[in-house]
Amino acid sequence: MKRFYLTLISVLLTVSASYAGDWSKIKIGTEGAYPPWNGTNAAGELEGAEIDLAMDLCARMNAECELVAQDWDGIIPALQNGKYDAIIAGMSITSERMEVINFSQGYANEPASFSVLKSSPLASLQSAGKVNMDALDNTSSALLDSLKSTLDGKVVGVQGSTTHENFVKQVLGDSVTMKSYDTQQNLELDLTAGRIDAALSDKGSMEEFMSSDNGQNITFIGPGLGGGPFGGGVGAGLRKADTDLLEMINKAIDEARADGTLAEHFIKWFGKDISM
Amino acid sequence: MNYELMIDTFPKLLGGSYITIQLVTISLFIGFCLAIGLALLRLSNNYFLNFFAKTYVFYFRGTPLLVQIFLIYYGIAQFEVVRESLAWIFFKEAYWCGILALTLNTCAYSSEIIRGGIQSVPFGQIESARSTGMSRFLLYRRIILPIAFRQALPAYGNEMILMVKATSLVSTITIMDITGIARLVIAKTFSPVEIFIAAGLIYLTINFIITRLISYCEFKLTPYLQKSE
Repeated sequence: MKRFYLTLISVLLTVSASYAGDWSKIKIGTEGAYPPWNGTNAAGELEGAEIDLAMDLCARMNAECELVAQDWDGIIPALQNGKYDAIIAGMSITSERMEVINFSQGYANEPASFSVLKSSPLASLQSAGKVNMDALDNTSSALLDSLKSTLDGKVVGVQGSTTHENFVKQVLGDSVTMKSYDTQQNLELDLTAGRIDAALSDKGSMEEFMSSDNGQNITFIGPGLGGGPFGGGVGAGLRKADTDLLEMINKAIDEARADGTLAEHFIKWFGKDISM
Repeated sequence: MNYELMIDTFPKLLGGSYITIQLVTISLFIGFCLAIGLALLRLSNNYFLNFFAKTYVFYFRGTPLLVQIFLIYYGIAQFEVVRESLAWIFFKEAYWCGILALTLNTCAYSSEIIRGGIQSVPFGQIESARSTGMSRFLLYRRIILPIAFRQALPAYGNEMILMVKATSLVSTITIMDITGIARLVIAKTFSPVEIFIAAGLIYLTINFIITRLISYCEFKLTPYLQKSE
């Protein structure tokens, strides 16, 4: 019996070893509920800037790619369990995530911002300025402080397991009541319903909602936020062991950036160039 | 398997069990009271009352609880009329929306369980009660309902256990019950296996206690089945 197990283990090892080096077929995990990054259209097909980008990168790597939709809160564990080989899902590169997975170089960067109903008293706080949480100077500290005092005692909504949730927990802490949603859409629904006073999300996806019929009465407040808990841009998430795939993807991103297609994907879906 | 993480998370999850137990007890209590009424409607000879009860049970038993929770929480909030009315005080809170969905759902199932119980009361017992000149109300209070409850108890115990598990669905509408907190911790630790095992153990404990309570009630309600010493 012991020999049987040894044989079994060695067979499994050979199989996985041969699999690890062979990247002619790559499975990519995405959320499919975060337009315009990665959404799902009426026909149930995945679409968005990152879907185009993923297909583009795959062509550059000469790989056959399959896209898999996975709920956001399980997206990292599913990568680790081998359900797919890469995450391309608007995931910000943060030090916390770097502890468990590797990231490719960043391919896009979009600031985060709070948004409120236009009819809300909070809407009096102007949407202006930029705050880099890694390099706070006098101006940006003042912007941050006025944001904090505006939101004091309010109910703030975020999508769960995101950098936005981390920001609210770390920077605003107990001064606000935080509500976590499973998807960006449900967060938007509750913002329009008035169940939350403000929502924190990345600007691009909220702008997508604002351009729809239901999002007409939403507006941004306060500064655009980046750095610190928001991490340094959006990259592809990979298992720590797959360093060869990491090199391939980084090279493909370099190429896409060099010939301008990287920027094109984002201009097409966001109406502006947020590539980096 | 990271046992340390499991042990560290346990107190946090236990904090969530407070909400879970609240949701279960409140919705089971109100749901049960409503279910008695609904079961009586279902047994009534009046066509319209009967039809109402049948339709209610059909819809609430025939659609997933998750869909009901979403419709009550996100659906109702779509109507400006509701948002501007007094009812919004109730519907604004995820907690009450959760309780409402769970209550309406368990009411449908429980009413069928109670109906089955009432219909299983032997007609001879009803007849003999009538022959002593009991009023309809007294007949229900003294004879029919006690026997019906005894018959329905095992099935109702099942419903209670299902309800404990069903409460985990309200974590999707921002309520921080055991599952909600588990998801929050997983977001930080990226270890779903350890955290969900810990959460599962808490649900198991709650259900173990309920199972024992039901067995105890069954034992007490069926003295004629016990062996005399």
